[in-house]
Amino acid sequence: MNRLLVIVFGILITIAFSWVGFVYSSYLQLGGLEHHEDEMSGDSFPPPRSGIAQRGSLVYREMGCVYCHSQQVRRPGYGADDERGWGDRQSVARDYIGDRTVFPGIRRIGPDLMTIGGRESSREWFHLQLYDPRIHTEGSTMPSYRFLYVRRPVVGEGSPRALDLPEGYRPPEGYEVVPTPRADALVEYLLSLRMDYDLPEVPADD
Amino acid sequence: MSDSSANPDKIQKRGDSSGAEPAALSSIDHSIRVPVVLFAAAAIAWLLVGSVFGLITSFKLHTAGFLGNWEWLTYGRVRPATTTVFLYGWATNAGFAAGFWIMARLSRNLLQNGTLLNTAAVFWNIGVLVAVAGILLGDLNAREGLEMPGYAAPILLLAFVFIAVWTVLTFCYRRSRHAYVSQWYILAALFWFPAIFGIAMLMTVYAPARGILQSVVGWWYTHNLYALWLTPLGLAAVYYIIPKVLGKPVHSYYLASAGFWSYLFFASWAGMHHLSGGPVPAWIVSTGVTASLLVLFPVFIIGLNHHLAMKGNFAVLRTSPGLRFAYFGAVAFTAVSVVAALTSFRSVKEVLHFTHFTDGQMQWGLYAWFTMAMFGAFYYFLPRVLGREWPSSTLIRVHFWSSASGIVLYVFAMCIGGWIQGSQMNNPEAYPDFVEIVRNTLPWLVMASLGGLILLVGHAAFALHCLWLLLLPKTAEAGASLTSEPESMKLAAK
Repeated sequence: MNRLLVIVFGILITIAFSWVGFVYSSYLQLGGLEHHEDEMSGDSFPPPRSGIAQRGSLVYREMGCVYCHSQQVRRPGYGADDERGWGDRQSVARDYIGDRTVFPGIRRIGPDLMTIGGRESSREWFHLQLYDPRIHTEGSTMPSYRFLYVRRPVVGEGSPRALDLPEGYRPPEGYEVVPTPRADALVEYLLSLRMDYDLPEVPADD
Repeated sequence: MSDSSANPDKIQKRGDSSGAEPAALSSIDHSIRVPVVLFAAAAIAWLLVGSVFGLITSFKLHTAGFLGNWEWLTYGRVRPATTTVFLYGWATNAGFAAGFWIMARLSRNLLQNGTLLNTAAVFWNIGVLVAVAGILLGDLNAREGLEMPGYAAPILLLAFVFIAVWTVLTFCYRRSRHAYVSQWYILAALFWFPAIFGIAMLMTVYAPARGILQSVVGWWYTHNLYALWLTPLGLAAVYYIIPKVLGKPVHSYYLASAGFWSYLFFASWAGMHHLSGGPVPAWIVSTGVTASLLVLFPVFIIGLNHHLAMKGNFAVLRTSPGLRFAYFGAVAFTAVSVVAALTSFRSVKEVLHFTHFTDGQMQWGLYAWFTMAMFGAFYYFLPRVLGREWPSSTLIRVHFWSSASGIVLYVFAMCIGGWIQGSQMNNPEAYPDFVEIVRNTLPWLVMASLGGLILLVGHAAFALHCLWLLLLPKTAEAGASLTSEPESMKLAAK
């Protein structure tokens, strides 16, 4: 095995073999997936995200949320995703086709977020969680995202959007904490994370 | 096929070459000094940066609020920055240094037009700098192992192509007839990296593929970055260092050849266990599991070849730091491949997937195997390239024992901690509160941070030692003893 051409040819075959085997064949199978149209209601699933939620997904990406939170539900009976209330059906390839960047993740240092928009529904809850996770969960190791909020002097009656922070987290008298547009977008994105529709390829659990 | 290819030192003039004599090792070493030292220095600088970043990342896992007030230092930024510094700053620069040096030596070729190679080396590191700065500023791609922003990749790819072309040309115009095992592995790495890097950047950043297909491509890339870019470079170094230090040829050429081709075919299919239980067609994961088992065949062949060469020579581990590090790496390679195969089964993944075990296993491959092998290569080539002996055996000992104990502690903590974490996550009756599971992992994460701290000590000793070596005056005797061949080597070549 001393000839460059023989070695290089062999190496190129292994690259092509692996590429065809995984990348190209997955592309053939998944690359053409379309939304599922419900014949009765005419709705299409997964439902599209609003513009602000799509902007929020960029914040989700730049904060690196994916390093601690997965967005995928395993099938009931495999792991305990169903029992933990993270989703009653398995997430499938079609659930992800609407997003420009997908975040299935591989770590659950925090809980799975595939259905977080259905588990918590108030914007205020998400804002407090992002401002300081210790507000809801003592002992949480999630980072605080205070830099997505502004502390500013109260003018007049104060902003209706100011966070209602509990004792110990409140700013000094005369100040209020309000979300930046990035925080708002991120919360809208998190609220849009739901899996409350059925797809023909997933057996309904109930 | 002659079995002289099993010996890195067999010199034969190419029949068809234009009468060019093989260059002496000392003049080869001299001609490639600048680029090799440039790559090595950049690698070591990134290693220090990466160790500090890694320690910050590790601390953040168990100490909420640690350095938490700055957006650019939030966990989701420092972590991908650490990975990028480690993979593209340290590991790849180290691989370039070792790979190019081994290629030039085995090809018996002097470096031509070194300026171009040096420029490419500088550009590669500018690319890494741009990538890391981009990640810290928020332009990350959030794809494990390929976190860099789209604007950093072209710089890296261009620099890579230059470096690769130079290395391949060194091989093309070689003045020795035979291609040695290390050269095959280096060639394989040089072709695999640009292929997977280009495809992955295209399909995940520039023109993102539809939905979950991005993840398939992403893991295909990240696994192959480890399996077909870094691992072949590590194997090239081990295949070179063991016979050189022991002064005897690789045990079997046929084993080496069979190991090479079967490794290339199977290893590239083995990464899909990261998608286990995920929203992808079942065949993808099943194929990945099968390949993880099949890859054990080449791994055992490679391990056997190294072990048979080492047999009866274990005492040399005490006297040769290069061999000590490289052999530690080689053993870790066999071990991590076995662990990867055993944990790829769906029933095991049910517990270990999504846990800290993944990180333990990744560092097992990236540090205990590849990084240790590279340290071995550095200890072997730096004195030869610079023509000086290592000034302090104490610093080498500090480095070896820090690195060895630090990584063992880290991997142990993450694997056991991850196992406990996974078992508790799958047991919602006993552990209904998620935060309780988080709390139970904390002691293990603290232990992992301690491992990281010990590693930093070792890296500081290593960097200091390299700086010392660089500043030493060149000693004539040392230079001669380092580049001339021991008697045993000449005998073995017959």
